[in-house]
This record gives sequence, structure tokens and C-alpha cells, in this order.
Amino acid sequence: MIPEGSVGVVETQTVRLFDDGLTTRSGIVLPEVQVAYETYGTLNEARSNAIYICHALTGDAHAAGYHAGDDRPGWWDNIIGPGRAIDTDTWFVVCSNILGGCQGTTGPASINPATGEPYGTDFPLLDMTDFVEVHRGLARHLGITKFAAAVGGSLGGMQVLQWALDHPEDLGRALVFAASSRLTAQNIAFSAVGRQAIMRDSGFNEGKFLTRGTAPRKGLSVARMLAHITYLSEHAFQEKFGRSAQRGELAGNFGIDFAVESYLEYQGERFLSRFDALSYLYLTRVMDYFDPFADARALDTLKADPVRFLLVSFTSDWRFSTEHTRRIVRHLEEARIPTSFREIQSTWGHDSFLLDLPDYHATVRAYLDKAAEEIA
Amino acid sequence: MTVERFRPDLALIASLIPAGSRVLDLGCGNGDLMALLQGKGCTGTGVDVDPERVLACLRRGVDVIELDLDTQLGEFADDSYDFVVLSRTLQTVHKPRAVLTEMGRIALHSVVSMPNFAHWRNRFRLLRGRMPMSKDLPYRWYDTPNLHHTSLPDLEPLFAMLGMVVERRIPLDADGHPHRLGNFAANLAASSSLYLLHTER
Repeated sequence: MIPEGSVGVVETQTVRLFDDGLTTRSGIVLPEVQVAYETYGTLNEARSNAIYICHALTGDAHAAGYHAGDDRPGWWDNIIGPGRAIDTDTWFVVCSNILGGCQGTTGPASINPATGEPYGTDFPLLDMTDFVEVHRGLARHLGITKFAAAVGGSLGGMQVLQWALDHPEDLGRALVFAASSRLTAQNIAFSAVGRQAIMRDSGFNEGKFLTRGTAPRKGLSVARMLAHITYLSEHAFQEKFGRSAQRGELAGNFGIDFAVESYLEYQGERFLSRFDALSYLYLTRVMDYFDPFADARALDTLKADPVRFLLVSFTSDWRFSTEHTRRIVRHLEEARIPTSFREIQSTWGHDSFLLDLPDYHATVRAYLDKAAEEIA
Repeated sequence: MTVERFRPDLALIASLIPAGSRVLDLGCGNGDLMALLQGKGCTGTGVDVDPERVLACLRRGVDVIELDLDTQLGEFADDSYDFVVLSRTLQTVHKPRAVLTEMGRIALHSVVSMPNFAHWRNRFRLLRGRMPMSKDLPYRWYDTPNLHHTSLPDLEPLFAMLGMVVERRIPLDADGHPHRLGNFAANLAASSSLYLLHTER
């Protein structure tokens, strides 16, 4: 039973792009790139009503609607659909899995055509600009030269920022939620511990686990558990679990005794079925090195051809706090880029950008309604 | 979009700002002034904290940044705007002197308007032993956003102290139109007053 306001049953499509190879920022050429993507809504005749959705660290192309037989919708279903804030009655929405991912787009677990084996750690280190180049490749394939907006939260917002900085001609508006232009030492520290959990797992096998029939399952699940703590606020954990016992009453042991421990265990386990440990290393590392404003000329291209920006942060987000967003706002403002900014009241932490918070969605709706008026 | 739909003093402010200027409107409300200014080729940003008003701005294509005037104007870089407008808002901030100082840093030119507590009607109400209430001071004492009251002779020395030079003073009547007496007996006649200022660099 498909609920009202859903885009309905959808399918992930795959396309092979970059027949001449993709030269990544590192200089290493990927001979071919597969991209998994989904689309919702209808592209208008002028091809002017497209919106690109960039997903966060562990997202995928399945942003909205239901895959046949599934009872859970895509990861951003609450905001994408007919009548929703990103209204598919108006917009043609594109979402793709990012390069280096493991949900249908080429990544370290893909087969290297040169060897016939998975790339493993031979896969090049990636850069935010590589994600953007692949998005642009998909845009060319779809025959879209300009998106009315690119939208993303967290790592997705970082891609949107990079895209607007490098190719402002591609975008009308940039919507950046709960993102950062530069990770703090604390952010990098969390990221590092997650990676160490993976790399110190005996199943990691110096990154060659795919060909050696092992997997750093313990490490990857611990990395996910750790990261998950940073996605929620203290309040959110307290509200969901408090100190309640997993089985009636606390037993006093080293096992899973508190409900919150069971929750983390479940999150860690569930992650194993859908994520690749090497993708986790590659994608988190892109975030660590991301620092576009370190280049004094970073804004020159955007200044010459401004994209309108809407930035949103959330009060209880301690992973990318409001200060991260304000830093982006300061840089854009100083460069005289048309910029709007809101800090939304939310008790749920970093994951707030994925939630159906009325004030947040009303903000996105108001901003995109104006954009719709302009393309009409 | 016609000028008549807006508060008359907003049209007056818009007329003081040259076409093509970059304008920061502090306490921008629904974005009426910025919309007027966009109509004459200005760019810029509004600042407000009320969610409904911020949404109204976004919906009409007026860029708006949510922040607190008393503590967060430091977010804007030196000389990043040509004009800063503070229309009927100075009396509501905690530290008017600090806000004016920030305005002078952010832009060379400022437009400031403020109700005149020494308007003759207010004086009469005080003489009758009552607190002033008027179109420009419409609130009961216990339910007002206004934290500060001033007369024009008490306001202008503050500008001078902060190196803000009064280029024009336009006394307004209770409807926000320029007062027909002009600057004659302004401290008695003006319900509020509008100042065009520039900051000495």
C-alpha cells in the first residue's frame, strides 16, 4: 500500500558514463564509471525544472518512493513527492549514488577492468570535485544543461557547495543543509577512529579482503555505531532510550544490557548488509580533506556567475554545528553571493536534515516555490 | 508592484538609496523594503528572526539571514554593503550604540528611523499623567518590543559620538509621510524621524 504523497514504485537505473575514462582529481584515470540513479516527476519541454539531490555519506540513489516489494521508502521520501516540499508535480528530481560508493555506482569494490579483480585500495583517493564531475556526466546523459537547484544535506551539501563554486553555470539555486566547508579536528578525530576500527580488523587484510574472502565486519559495524552517536543529540538518545533496560530490567553484565546498546548493535549490523568498508574509508576521507575556501580564489568563478544559496543548520547538531554553516554564509556573503540562512530549532541533532520538521520543510518549500515561479 | 502597497516611510527610504546599491535591511519584516529596492535594481539581504516573516521573504525572493542584531552583526564583513537600513528597530535592540557601530562598519551609508518620544502628543499624555501612546508608539508599557525611548536632540549626539554624520534628517508625521513642517520644530512636530547618515572613515 503506497501512502498518499509518495512518488510510488520506483526503480534504480544504471548507466555507463565517461567512455573515454574519467580523470580524477588525483590524476588517476578510471577507464569507466557506472552510475546508479533514480528520477521522479517529469522533465518539462524546456528541460528547466530539474533538481539534483546529492546524498550524504551512507545514502544512495533511492531517495524517494518504494522499490517493488519494499515496505520502507527511500531515505528522503518525506521531502520528495507530489505536494511535498520538493514537489514532484513541479520538479523533475534526479538522485544518484556518488562515485566511490557501493550502491550501484563505481567504487573500490567494483571490478577494475585492467585486472578483472576489485579495485580495493588501488582505487584512487577521491575529491569532492570528482563527485561533482560524475553528477555532471549524468546530467549530460539526461540532456540537462542547467538544474533549477541542487540540494543536499551533510556530505550532500558539501557536494552542492563544490558544484556551485566550480560550475555555477549548471545551477540556479544551491540548497545546503547541515553541512560544512571544513571539518574540525573533532570531526576528523571521529572519522579517524571509524577508519581505524575497519583497518585494524583482522578481516581487513590490507584492503585486499574482497579477493581473500574475508571482510572487516566487526570494524565496519563499530565505525557505524560510533558515527551514529554523532548523528543524534544527547537529548535524542535520552528521549529514545534513557537508561531503560533491553530486557525488562538491568542484569549487570558486559553484554547488551541497556536499550541504547541494542540500538547501536542493530544499526551496526544493519549497515553491514548495505555498505562496503572500503567505500566507507574513501568517502569519509573526502570529507576530511574538503576545504574549498582554503584557496583564496575559490569564489572567483561563482562571483562571476552567482548561484542563489539557501543554507540551513539545526540548533542541536553537534556534528556540523551552526557555526559550520555560518562559516559558509560568511564566505558567500563577503563575495556578495545572494545568500539566505536559517537556523532551525530541532532537538534531534545532525540527522534533523533527514526529518520531517515543519519549519524546515516550509523553508525549503518557500524557497523552491519562488524558483518554480521563475521557470514557469 | 506599486509603491502604495507599502508603508509610506519605506517608499521614502527606497527613494534615498541609489539604484544598484547593495543594501542590508536590519529587521526586514516581510521584505517589503527589499522588494521595493529590488524593483530599482538594488541587491542585498534582509535580517529578521521571526519565522513567519523569514518565510515570507524567501517566498517572494528576498534573501534573508536569520540572526540576532544585538550579538551577531559581526557575521557581516567590513564594507560588505553600500547601505544598512534600520527602520523603526533601533528602539527594540538591547544596545543601540553597539548596533549603530556595527552598521557603520558594515556599510558607509546608513538609514535609521526611530519614533520621537518628545512628539507634542506624547508630551500632552505625560502632562496628563499617562504614558505616551501613538501610531508610532502603539504598545502598552508592559507589552512592547520597545526598550529605549528618545527625543531627537537626545538621539543625534549619539550619531555624532559614533562618527556618523547626518546628511539628511526627515521628520515624519504619524502616517510615515515627510512632515509638512519639514525641519521646523521637528522635536515637537515629528512623530518619528528618518536619518540618512554616513560614517566617517
